[in-house]
Amino acid sequence: MERQSNREGIKGMMNPTRYGIERFAYWLQRLTGLGLLFYLIGHIIETSAIVEGKAAWDKMLELTQTTEGHIILILVIGMSVFHTVNGIRVMLGHGGIGVGKPGRPDYPYRPASLNYKQRLCIWVSIALAALAMMYGAGILFGE
Amino acid sequence: MSKMRESLIMKVHYGTALGAVALVAIHILFRMTQDFSASLQYQSVIANYHFLPYALMLEVVLILLSVHGFNGLRVILLELKQGIGYERAVNYGCLGAMTALIVYGSRTILMAGVGMT
Amino acid sequence: MAAIGSKTSDEVSPTAVSSSNSITLRISKFNPKNDSSSKFVEFKVPVQKWTTVLDTILAVKQHLDPSIAVRYSCRQASCGSCGMKINGKPALACYTKISELNSNIVTVEPMNNFPILRDLAVDMTQMFSTHKKLKPYIIRDDSEVTNDTKEFLQTPKEVEDYLQFSYCIKCGLCNSACPTMATDSSFMGPQALTQAYRYVADNRDKGEKERLKIIDSSHGVWRCHFAGSCSKVCPKGVDPAMGIQLLRGYLLGFRK
Repeated sequence: MERQSNREGIKGMMNPTRYGIERFAYWLQRLTGLGLLFYLIGHIIETSAIVEGKAAWDKMLELTQTTEGHIILILVIGMSVFHTVNGIRVMLGHGGIGVGKPGRPDYPYRPASLNYKQRLCIWVSIALAALAMMYGAGILFGE
Repeated sequence: MSKMRESLIMKVHYGTALGAVALVAIHILFRMTQDFSASLQYQSVIANYHFLPYALMLEVVLILLSVHGFNGLRVILLELKQGIGYERAVNYGCLGAMTALIVYGSRTILMAGVGMT
Repeated sequence: MAAIGSKTSDEVSPTAVSSSNSITLRISKFNPKNDSSSKFVEFKVPVQKWTTVLDTILAVKQHLDPSIAVRYSCRQASCGSCGMKINGKPALACYTKISELNSNIVTVEPMNNFPILRDLAVDMTQMFSTHKKLKPYIIRDDSEVTNDTKEFLQTPKEVEDYLQFSYCIKCGLCNSACPTMATDSSFMGPQALTQAYRYVADNRDKGEKERLKIIDSSHGVWRCHFAGSCSKVCPKGVDPAMGIQLLRGYLLGFRK
């Protein structure tokens, strides 16, 4: 008998809704991780212009020190801060810290691992990222 | 890489994350010692590369971030599709890309550091 | 009983009904032998304040469409048979009241990440076989039933260390909600990993090394990223996310 595997696929994995802020944080952690990786590759390539001499370096700066370049940098600042702070939360969780203690579950069976500390850390990550982006924008566009 | 236990790879992933956080913070703080535009001028950047501790720090950051980033990509790709051939390709592909990025970045640091610009 | 009616999804969508008396139940129907894809069939079903989703499905089965395939048994969230997707989220049909969904339209579909047998019934074979691979039994050389041994003693604290994880009813909702299970067909899944922890944490068990070796693989415990969706949907308070993070602690050296 043929059966569909019925897996949600990438659409399901990348859907940040339905399951609360923790699932949203997982989705954002993945997104920022990929974004930062691509930025790292671009950054290594752009900074390699230094070995071509001053003219090549200045040409690179002309390309990157633009409004679009600044916006990308501000996004990178936000992504770094969120990925770092949320990553620390996740790493501590992976070590069993902040996930609550086993006990006897009673109705309404609220999971101890999805506690206020986890939610607070996620909101703090988002807030710090926003603050860092605003600070970065102040520096980049303030000149 | 196929012989490395996954727990060891993940310990490396966590270790590189923590190391990178500390060193990238220093990297950014260094940039903030000057006015942003001035810090990006050619002479200023070359002077940074000529300062050995900073150049070494950049090298370490490059290695830590490349390992962390490409291992993360490897994890995402392994979850998307399964199969012996595909998994082997992902593992070695990410290892290769990581090595290539480290080599290319190290070339920049070395050449700028010894004045081969 | 108040009248109930049905229509297929390509007919006119249901007209507004009195929100306190009846709802529209959309059931996903799919027979792999005959159909190329699933389709929704709509039924108008009377409800009262204590009506569960399972009650409405059984009412449709009794009066309108007896061909609907659905698994159920205990009707009290003990057996884990009636797991399905209700308005987009995995839940037990017997444990979900219509009134708590806050919607006149209730959509039921088979759980994600399990092959569909027919309509709302899914194939749980892979989940059970993965569960078996993690050796879900006490491993030790001696036994309580041999001569000269007494029962294995446990303090209440030692029981609490693993008690909640033993409440698992193998409903599969956690596997359905997990983002890794959505794409990774080799991933062990939150259910199996949590049961691995249940036994590792049990002080009567001596099989920690064996189980840790099994889960320390590229599709084992390390593919969990603490998204927490499994714990969000678990109907028995097992909290698989906690179990998996605590299990990881053994491999990272935080716990012995």
